[in-house]
Amino acid sequence: MTEALPFYKTALWVTLKLAGIGIVFAIIIGLLCSVILYFKIRILTNIVRVYLEVARNTPLLIQLFFLYYGLPKIGIMFSEEQCGIIGLAFLGGSYMAEVFRSGMEAVSKTQVEAGKAIGLSNTQLMRNIIIPQAISYSVPGFGANCIFLIKETSVFSGIAIFELTNTTKNLMGIFYKTNEALLMLVIGYLIILLPLSLFLTWLERRVRHAEFGN
Amino acid sequence: MLNSAINVLFEGRNMYRLIEGLLVTLKIGFIAVVITIVAGFVIGIIRTSKNKMVQLPFRIYLELFRIIPILVWLFVIYYIVPANFELSLSSETVALIVFSLWGTAEMSDIVRGAVISLPKHQLESSKALGLSIVQMYQYVLIPQAIKRVIPPMINLITRMVKTTALLTMIGVVEVIKVGQQIIEVNNSHYPTIAFWVYGLLFFLYFCICFPLSQLSRKLEQKWAV
Amino acid sequence: MSGSDPILQVKKLIKTFGKKVVLNGIDLDVHKGKVIAILGPSGCGKSTFLRCLNGLEDVQGGDILLENKSLVNKATNWRLVRQRIGMVFQSYDLFPNLTVIENILLSPLKVQKRNRQEAENQALELLERVGLKDRADDYPRQLSGGQKQRIAIIRALCMNPEIMLFDEVTASLDPEMVREVLEVIAHLANQGMTMLIVTHEMNFARLVADEVVFMEQGSIVERTPAEQFFTKPNTERAQQFLNILQF
Repeated sequence: MTEALPFYKTALWVTLKLAGIGIVFAIIIGLLCSVILYFKIRILTNIVRVYLEVARNTPLLIQLFFLYYGLPKIGIMFSEEQCGIIGLAFLGGSYMAEVFRSGMEAVSKTQVEAGKAIGLSNTQLMRNIIIPQAISYSVPGFGANCIFLIKETSVFSGIAIFELTNTTKNLMGIFYKTNEALLMLVIGYLIILLPLSLFLTWLERRVRHAEFGN
Repeated sequence: MLNSAINVLFEGRNMYRLIEGLLVTLKIGFIAVVITIVAGFVIGIIRTSKNKMVQLPFRIYLELFRIIPILVWLFVIYYIVPANFELSLSSETVALIVFSLWGTAEMSDIVRGAVISLPKHQLESSKALGLSIVQMYQYVLIPQAIKRVIPPMINLITRMVKTTALLTMIGVVEVIKVGQQIIEVNNSHYPTIAFWVYGLLFFLYFCICFPLSQLSRKLEQKWAV
Repeated sequence: MSGSDPILQVKKLIKTFGKKVVLNGIDLDVHKGKVIAILGPSGCGKSTFLRCLNGLEDVQGGDILLENKSLVNKATNWRLVRQRIGMVFQSYDLFPNLTVIENILLSPLKVQKRNRQEAENQALELLERVGLKDRADDYPRQLSGGQKQRIAIIRALCMNPEIMLFDEVTASLDPEMVREVLEVIAHLANQGMTMLIVTHEMNFARLVADEVVFMEQGSIVERTPAEQFFTKPNTERAQQFLNILQF
C-alpha cells in the first residue's frame, strides 16, 4: 500500500486546497449577503434571498454537473477545479450568509443604538460594533460550515477531480486492496477534520472569553 | 439550436423515464426517512440516559457519520461488503442502508436535544398540580418536544433528499442517471442538450426541497419557544 | 439667533407606532443651560420623546428645531445632530470589544476626525474628574454597572454636545451605585450643560432640575419650576402621581 501514499498525499493536498479556496470565497459571499440582509438594502435584499434559497435547496452534485457539463454548451467553460471552487463557494456562501446574519442579529439592539447615538455611520457601526461582536456568536456555526464544506469536496469526484474520495476509488481499481484503501480514505478525512474540530472548539472558547469574559 | 434541444425532453418516453428515475429516488428516500424517524426516535430517547456506558457507543456512531462524508460511506458499504463478506448488495440496498444509518444518527441527536431542552421547572409545576407521570408526558412534555423536533427533522429530511443526488455515483438508476443517458443519446443531434437536462434536474431538486425548507421555517416561527 | 431664543424647540410633535398614538402633540422650549426633568407614569411616552430628539425614532407630525433649524425633514444629517445632542441610555452599552479609552475616543476620532492627542487629553481629563482615570485601559467586563454608566456619560460628553439627553440612566443600577452616577449628572448641571433627564429618582430631580415636565399618555400635563412641582404642583394628576410615590 505504500506505493499508493504519494497519491494520497496529492489527494489530501487537492482536497485541502480546493476546500480552502472555496471556503474563503464562501466567507466573502456570506459576509456581503449578511450585511445586505442586515441593513435591508432595497433590491439587493431580494436578489440575496433568491440566491440563498436556490443555493440551499439544490445538491452540490447537480450544481457541479450544471457548471461542468451544462455551461460549456452555451459557451461558458471552466476547468474541473474552477467548477469545484465555484460550486463550493456558491453553496458555502449561502450557509455562511445564514451564520453571519444570525450572528449580527444577536448583537443587542441597544449596542447598535448606543453607536448611533454617538454619531457612527452604518459602515462604522458594522466595522466597530456589529462585526466584532457578531464574530463570537458566529464561530460555532462557522466551524460547522467549514467541516461541512470540506466533507462536500468528496462530491467533486463526480467531475473527475482527484481529491481524496475519487483518488481512493481509482486506487481500489488499480490495487484491488479495498479495505486498506478505504481505511486510508477515512484516515485522510480524519487528518483534516479532527484537528480542525479541536481548533474550532478552542477558537469558540477563546472568542467567547474575549468578548464576554466567561 | 438552443431551443430545439429543450424539446428532446418531451420527446418519446424521456419524460416518463425521468419520472421513473425520480420515483426510484423518492422510494429509497421515503423508506429511509421512515426508518430514520422510528429508529431515530427510539435511539434518541435511549441517548437521554445519563449512563456513560450507554452514551459512548452511540456517540461514536453519530460522530462517524458526522466526520465521514456520506459519499464515502456509500463507497465503503458498496465496495467493502462484497469484498469481505460473501454478500452482494444492489446499489439500491446500499443506498438504503447508508441513508437509514445516517438519518437515524442525526435524528437521534435531534430527539435527544429536544428532550434535554425541555424546561425542568415544568416538570416540577406539573407535579405540584398533581399530574401523574403519564399525564405529564401526554399534556406537557410530548407536545413541547414535538415542537422542538419537527422543524429540525424536516430540515434533516430536506438534506437527505438533496443527498440522494449522490446515488448516481454508485450506479443507482435514478433521475440523474436517466438524464445522463438522455444526454448521451441525443448529444450528437442536439449539442446543447446537456445544458437543458442538467438545468431541468437543478429545477426539479429545487422544486422538491424548497417547499420542505419553507415548511420547516414556517413551523419553526410558529412554534418559536 | 438672539440670546433669549430657546436652543431647542419642539412644536406639536406627533409620534405613532402603527395606529397607536404615543406622542400627542408635544410643545416644549428648552433654553440653554437649563435642566429639565421629565417625569410621568410608565408608558406615558417620555423615553420615546427623548428618542425622537436625536433621531432614533422618526416622527409623524410636528417639528423639532435645533437653534431655529428644523430637524424634521429628509435632509437632516442625524449623524451631525447626534454630535450636538448626546444621549445616554438605561442600558449603559459600552462596546465590549473596546477598552474604556477606546470606547470614549471612538466618536471623537472616527466621526469628528479630531486630533488624537487633543481628544485623548480631553478623555483622560474627564475620566480623572469622575475618578476612573486608572481604568482607562480596562475592558467593560471588568467594571461595575455604576462605573460603566459613568463612562457612558463621558463617552457622550467627549463629543462636546450642546444638549445632553438622559434616559432613565440609573434604572438598571444596583442602589449603591445610583449615587455615583447622579453625582456626575449633578456636576454637569452645575457647569451649565443643557439637559433633559427622564428619571424616576424624585429626590434627584428635585435637586438638580430647573423645571419639571410631567407627561401622561403622550401629552404634557404640566410644566412647572422644579421646587414648586414637588411642593405644590399645578394639576391634580401630578399631585396623584407624587402621592403614589410617597409610600
